[in-house]
Amino acid sequence: MMEERNAFIVRCGEVALKGLNKPYFEKMLVDRIKRVLKKYEGVEIKRQEGLIFVRAPKELDPDLIAGEISRVFGVASVSPAVETESDLEKIGQAAVEYMRRLIEKKGVKTFKVDAKRADKNFPVKSPDIARQIGAKILIGCKVLKVDVHNPDCLLFVDVRKDKSYIFEQKISGFGGLPLGTNGKGLVLLSGGIDSPVAAWMMAKRGMLIEAVHFHSYPYTSERAREKVTELAGIVAGYCGRFKMHIINLLPIQEMIVQNCPEEETTILVRRFMMKIAEKVAQETGCCMLITGENLGQVASQTAEALVVTDQSVQMPVMRPLIAMDKVDIMEIAKNIGTYETSILPYEDCCTVFLPKHPVTKPKLAKILESESKLDVDQLVADAVASRETVAIYPVE
Amino acid sequence: MFVYLDNSATTRPYREVISEMVKYMETDFGNPSSLHRMGITAEKAVKEARRSVAASLGVKEEEIYFTSGGTEADNMALFGAVQARKRRGNKIIASCIEHPAVLESCRRLEETGFRVEYIPVDRSGIIDMQALESALDDQTILISIMQVNNEVGSIQPIPEIIELKNKFCSAGRSEILFHTDAVQSYGKMPVQAGGTDLLSVSGHKIHGPKGVGALYIRKGLNVKPYLFGGGQERGMRSGTENVPAVAGFGIAAAISQRNMTERIESMRKVKNYLSEGIRWEISDIRENSREDGSPSIWNVSFFGVRGEVLLHTLEQSDIYVSTGSACSSNKRGQSHVLKAMGLADKEIEGAIRFSFSEFNTVEEMDYVLVRLKEAVQKLRKLGSFR
Repeated sequence: MMEERNAFIVRCGEVALKGLNKPYFEKMLVDRIKRVLKKYEGVEIKRQEGLIFVRAPKELDPDLIAGEISRVFGVASVSPAVETESDLEKIGQAAVEYMRRLIEKKGVKTFKVDAKRADKNFPVKSPDIARQIGAKILIGCKVLKVDVHNPDCLLFVDVRKDKSYIFEQKISGFGGLPLGTNGKGLVLLSGGIDSPVAAWMMAKRGMLIEAVHFHSYPYTSERAREKVTELAGIVAGYCGRFKMHIINLLPIQEMIVQNCPEEETTILVRRFMMKIAEKVAQETGCCMLITGENLGQVASQTAEALVVTDQSVQMPVMRPLIAMDKVDIMEIAKNIGTYETSILPYEDCCTVFLPKHPVTKPKLAKILESESKLDVDQLVADAVASRETVAIYPVE
Repeated sequence: MFVYLDNSATTRPYREVISEMVKYMETDFGNPSSLHRMGITAEKAVKEARRSVAASLGVKEEEIYFTSGGTEADNMALFGAVQARKRRGNKIIASCIEHPAVLESCRRLEETGFRVEYIPVDRSGIIDMQALESALDDQTILISIMQVNNEVGSIQPIPEIIELKNKFCSAGRSEILFHTDAVQSYGKMPVQAGGTDLLSVSGHKIHGPKGVGALYIRKGLNVKPYLFGGGQERGMRSGTENVPAVAGFGIAAAISQRNMTERIESMRKVKNYLSEGIRWEISDIRENSREDGSPSIWNVSFFGVRGEVLLHTLEQSDIYVSTGSACSSNKRGQSHVLKAMGLADKEIEGAIRFSFSEFNTVEEMDYVLVRLKEAVQKLRKLGSFR
């Protein structure tokens, strides 16, 4: 007899819709689940009949394992389940035990069985399986009653060829695609609410992440840097360890302040950030830039300003939040756990030398004229060369 | 060169303090309430520390109650005193430049039905005695006024306040208690608890450990506890004694009493050296501290500079200062003390607090002056474009 183990049924969302590439995506997804569960011993992960099955030793808290799995991009949902042999008698026994535990743990009083046979060769049809298992439960657990409309517990019985599964929960995952199936992007991470969400959304579509953070020390404090590192760590909890490049923008801001019109400061700084990020991206194998820009949120994010910013680089710039409302962005930030850190009140470099009346409808020609007063290439090259690169590890 | 000039935020613990604390963690780690020898050793340590702190304030051992720090001592004084006197009256008087530990306690008391009158200060940070006099009435049960302000170092006229209060009380009206937060004066000038009813001190401002302080409660005074449990600190503050910190505090209190005059002189010399240097080298400043203020605090505003940016610029040279007060520099808000002194926004914005300890030297100040001058010039130049 094999040692007793908890089983987890993992359902793939979009991955399952893929055609010829499906095996590749499935393999990548298995790979990602393996990575997050690597720290636990004795875990087995298998692809089987269009699903992924994880088996973990009984000692490991099933809620913890299910939680870890549900955070992997590409997972639609996960169910901690009990595995038995595909034999009605055995399934019945296991179902009774399962319900007894639920009665004890949650005080369940009513139930309904929902059975499915994936193995069409199984001699009993689904509704009959449900009826028979239900009858066994009623005999085994005297306190329980059947309620087909509003049961305390909806018990799923999934009969497959070799093994069958009993479970009640379907813990939703984030969906999306497995990491590493969609290249690598460089996110401009500020420390605000938006950019971590932007990074997370792109990572959810399978993109690996690298980050660049700009600061203006000593105009900003080291606490601001701690804050962005913490935020990055939370994001890394979803997309794995990544690199962050930290760059002091102050030398460039000083040049702008001394040579260019005040109202253009913000937009000029934005363009520099993009140019520097593009160079870093090229050097690190990132194929696109990612920002948390959001149409109309601040002066530098008006349509006109975005156009002028966009024209500072050749590389495609992804703006996953562009048409979202602030409340919806905040909602995601709260869900993924970055919100509380994002709202800590440390100054970021966008607010340093903030002009009193920033230009909201910048003209590219005028901006280019201002830039011509600066040695842009040299300033960008110096900034890129001055970067400090740190590894960001997931925070638990 | 490493120069630490944020001694009002916290100080470097004495070596003797550290080794004493290690002893009570490594070997003599017993609980003072235990009946066995380990417990007795720990109990003795707490007793010894109590004797030392009491001596430093010129009071009896049984008048000292250890707390988790200055904030808890202030809270205990205010909440404990008014709880025991709420039938006699419902008015509290405090200055508007008190530490948040007192001000926020007052706000909380206001929510529960007490009235608080906040006494204004003049442009140099000294309370208005006339306002205090007219604030006194037969509903008043407590006055809480700090001895030295933590942001600008102004010394409040405590003896005069006590005299005023006593005169008012002896004119036939009921008793009014006087509490003083002596956290910033303790160890930086002679502090005598006599004459006050309640007095708060803290360990880590006198080169002792963090997480420990004490409240002096005049003998016989009825003050209600607000932590309940095992009855430690004679029922005033339940909870196992923080023995290592209490022992460390005791050592620091004892050291601070030795050669206090020389210690104070050394701080004053360093402070005067720096302030004179700044007056000479840097224009467009406003001094926010009085000549006769605490020897350990000097607050000055550099116009056209943001205090926080100057702080970080100095930090690059390994010089550590503060803007306003360490507690408020995390918040966006302006210093409530400088505001109460009537300073304009641009004066508050550029305010820096230098706070000294006996470890600072004149040589360090030479280095600070050079770096400070450079920083202010650079920041002003950049600021002038905006």
